[in-house]
Amino acid sequence: MNIEKNIKTLIVKKPLKLDCGKTINNFPVAFETYGSLNENKDNAILVFHALTGDQFVTGLNPITKKDGWWSFAVGPDKAIDTNKYFVICSNVIGGCMGSYGPSHKDPETQKTFGTDFPVITINDMVNAQYNLLEHFGINKLFAITGGSMGGMQVLQFITNFPDKAKTVIPIATTSSHSAQNIAFNELGRQAITADSNWKDGNYETNNTNPGKGLAVARMAAHITYLSKKGLQEKFGRKLQEREDLKFGFDADFQIESYLRYQGSVFVDRFDANSYLYITRAMDYFDLVKQFNGNLSDAFKNTKAKFFVISFTSDWLYPTQENKDIVIALNSIGADVGFVEIVSDKGHDSFLLDVPDFLNALKNFLDKSYTELKK
Amino acid sequence: MKNEFKVISDLIEDNKKVLDVGCADGTLMQFLKVNKNINVRGLEISKEKVQECIAKGLTVIEGNAEKDLKQFPDKSFDYVVLSQTLQAFLSPELVLDELLRVGKKAIVTIPNFGNWKVRLHLLFKGTMPITKSLPEQWHSTPNLHMCTIKDFVNFIKSKEIKIIKTLALNSNNVSNITNNNLGTKNLFADLGIFLIEK
Repeated sequence: MNIEKNIKTLIVKKPLKLDCGKTINNFPVAFETYGSLNENKDNAILVFHALTGDQFVTGLNPITKKDGWWSFAVGPDKAIDTNKYFVICSNVIGGCMGSYGPSHKDPETQKTFGTDFPVITINDMVNAQYNLLEHFGINKLFAITGGSMGGMQVLQFITNFPDKAKTVIPIATTSSHSAQNIAFNELGRQAITADSNWKDGNYETNNTNPGKGLAVARMAAHITYLSKKGLQEKFGRKLQEREDLKFGFDADFQIESYLRYQGSVFVDRFDANSYLYITRAMDYFDLVKQFNGNLSDAFKNTKAKFFVISFTSDWLYPTQENKDIVIALNSIGADVGFVEIVSDKGHDSFLLDVPDFLNALKNFLDKSYTELKK
Repeated sequence: MKNEFKVISDLIEDNKKVLDVGCADGTLMQFLKVNKNINVRGLEISKEKVQECIAKGLTVIEGNAEKDLKQFPDKSFDYVVLSQTLQAFLSPELVLDELLRVGKKAIVTIPNFGNWKVRLHLLFKGTMPITKSLPEQWHSTPNLHMCTIKDFVNFIKSKEIKIIKTLALNSNNVSNITNNNLGTKNLFADLGIFLIEK
């Protein structure tokens, strides 16, 4: 797949020291933008994508030919209104949509990195993306936002660069990956590495593809993005194109067929090693530990206005974990608002058409923008 | 805006930091922000009301005063406002203590159960009073701990809370409550407004 021609890339010349101790330089950060940057350069919103997202936030994704992952929220007249704001999103390093990752070639050996790519962290991701601000000449972002792993990047970004964003909107996220979160990610990684086509990560040189393992990883993860109620209402025990059970191991139930489909389409667009790297980065994320047990210290140098959003049926990053962020901010007198949105769509709610969520996001952004303009 | 909010607003100096507990749709917050340049935050339990506040550009946290006040540090607000809600908590005493911990001062308003209309309603009708400020039936009212202005004065005195100012609100009339007129005010006021500190 020749993807380069549709991908904008910033080559970061400056060396970046990673948390693992290694240093990378001259590395690509792939990005996309929507809307236009105004003269004062004060209307920019940096959006951070989640585990399997990419820089193609909205409109048609030129690589997958499907709608961008946040099409419900971002676009002209939408919650993040691209008539008004300049939206930037970049592919995380470790990813597979053009940014430096395990499918790239090691400049020293000219071989595909595979698992020789350095382990990266959420901290490394945001430090790499920070270069986009210099690239666009933006001194201060109007807003930073993202859900799930995107929310982790939001928290890490404002911690690292406390005066670089005016408003901060972490959504359906956590300040510290829980044992349950790590457990699900490990399940996915084990599915990939157990696939005999994975070849210790060297599937590209071996001309194999650990698609089965990656599909299982995606299927398991996909369940965690939905709620029990949502699944039950959508699928129940409905059968897949058959009148009765077949007494075999084909997909009898619609939910089985649905998951298999989700797994198979994912394999076409995602790299197995990237899945390992990015889930690892999420597992290593612990902003509480970075500040010796006191999350408030992460935010003590910022004057940004925060707005935290969670969803009732999200059991992956439940309301309480989002509230912990609110509590940490309140305990230092930060400007923070919080709302829990009622939705039975589970963790995926932030990606879907959930009007209460989209209205809250739009109102917060638009009112804050007007106020900051005064 | 209701008269109660005007009275509350008059008790707060410009440019202060205020927490409105049970801020509802943010009417008071909006007024304080626009007219007095107050740095104001709200705490509100109703999701619909929280959305209304966000639509007004107000900083609001969805939460419950009985559980969520503890996240705010001691004396982190100049004023904490609690309008006509104290009687609805399981433990008004704990909430009152929290208000005075979080705020340097607190402004608490209570619907007065000692008002003559309430007394007459019970005396003549023999049913639980329904009035403008107490519009719900006994079985559906959120109010668990109704009190009179006199009850509240006695309660805060017993807790060694300092009363800075006590006001009675009767339709549109505001008047001071003193030790001498407490009995009368307790009979005629619809609402008691207390500025207190600890």
